[in-house]
Amino acid sequence: MRHPLHLTDAIEMISSIQRYLIELANIHRFVMRFFKEVLVGPYEIKEIIHQCHEIGVKSLPLISLTGFITGFVFTNQSRPSLADFGAQSMLPALIAIAVIRALAPLVTALISAGKIGSQIGAELGSMKVTEQIEAMEVSGINPFKFLVVSRIVATSFMIPILTCYAALVGLLGAFLSVHQHEATSFTIFFTEVFDAISFLDLFSSLIKSIVFGFTIGVVGCFQGYHSSKGTEGVGRAANWAVVMSMFLIFIEEMLIAQIVQGIRA
Amino acid sequence: MKNLQGHIKYDKPVITIRDLYKSFGDLHVLRGVDLELFTGENLVVLGRSGTGKSVLIKIIVGLLQADSGSVEVLGQSLENIAIDDLQQLRQKIGFSFQNSALYDSMTVKENLEFPLVRNKRHLTRKEINHAVENVLEAVDLSQAIHQMPSQLSGGQRKRIGIARTLILQPEIMLYDEPTAGLDPITCIEINKLINEVQQAYKTSSIIITHDLACAKSVGDRIVMLLDGTFERQGTFEDIFDTNDERVKPFYDYNFID
Repeated sequence: MRHPLHLTDAIEMISSIQRYLIELANIHRFVMRFFKEVLVGPYEIKEIIHQCHEIGVKSLPLISLTGFITGFVFTNQSRPSLADFGAQSMLPALIAIAVIRALAPLVTALISAGKIGSQIGAELGSMKVTEQIEAMEVSGINPFKFLVVSRIVATSFMIPILTCYAALVGLLGAFLSVHQHEATSFTIFFTEVFDAISFLDLFSSLIKSIVFGFTIGVVGCFQGYHSSKGTEGVGRAANWAVVMSMFLIFIEEMLIAQIVQGIRA
Repeated sequence: MKNLQGHIKYDKPVITIRDLYKSFGDLHVLRGVDLELFTGENLVVLGRSGTGKSVLIKIIVGLLQADSGSVEVLGQSLENIAIDDLQQLRQKIGFSFQNSALYDSMTVKENLEFPLVRNKRHLTRKEINHAVENVLEAVDLSQAIHQMPSQLSGGQRKRIGIARTLILQPEIMLYDEPTAGLDPITCIEINKLINEVQQAYKTSSIIITHDLACAKSVGDRIVMLLDGTFERQGTFEDIFDTNDERVKPFYDYNFID
């Protein structure tokens, strides 16, 4: 009597694996199409600039706030532990390494995945279900180049800039936290910060933030561009854009940190 | 029924469809469709919802692929057509969507110039503005130039949707349910516009509808999609001169209380 149930379970499992593999193949095709289209003109420069403004400039208030709070709180939380060992003087170096290597890229990427990823997913999803993407196609326009390439280029370009900005604001927050307890000057604090970080730290963070930006753009565009089933599909596209981007960002963070650790060793 | 058929060139088809099949899973929508659209003709495709009328015009414009059969548009076969050639061909076909499909983040002016700017990159700003003014005048909505789509009524959105396709001066127009969801007066205005477009822009058109008043007003010829094929075609009177139980309710619902 148990046999038919097992068979059903097995079929269900196979079909979900099949769906997963098809989805992976579709993402692969989507990314390959991006690389193909990004290398061939004509370029939608005006739209890329518009998207950079939407993605970058409009995210500044949120990034400022989160960056500042991250630096300030992290410094406040780290101080007692270092004080226990009489190592408060190490605080600027510790903060610099934490902010540059991990906190700034990760916090910026996660905030952007929530704000920008969902925005791209919902925007393209809504255009898809209201036939605006098809309307572009039938007018002889390449909607992939106009909508997808411009957004992925903009996220890949703006997330690193936002990351640099978040790092500076985070370090400023850290300085204010340090300054509450000690009479450390601005110049001394930042001299110690820059002494603690290496070229590899800066370079790996830059590469990391480009990868995160690319991921947010690809996932948001893929979910939106392939959404279906009316308003429900739009909601799902926005939701999955955030969930999938965040998941991939953590995986990428882990992999890149391992690689950089290997290089450093 | 229109009585303006002198301008139609019955020896010059712009669209030729032969033995077209299209299925979605187990749902066989088109089952051996044959169709010709002649130069200068307004052809109405009638049929119940879900019978594949929209699928047919989406195949003509290359948004969907047929399972089998041949489609030739302006002398070019759609089978294995290169994407660049398809994009060139699409510039000669105007497609008016059921829900207008206006770009809701752009103003009316930006909506109209969008296909022009991208397909005719050599045009000057002055020429683009002139083309926008012309099509807005053609659809009698010059005053809406700076409005957003969300500020327009259903009928105005339809008109702007048609204007956006006219800006590329297409040879063929495909209208997907042009009067769906509109009040009777606006329906009459849209029907009039379709006839004006046919005459002013010398277009050949396929009009997908289940509105018989629209069919009667704009159609030079009518075909009826029944069970996946065109079983009936001719004038409005030819189509409904029958006791076929699949056809009669259509007429009765539209014209008899």
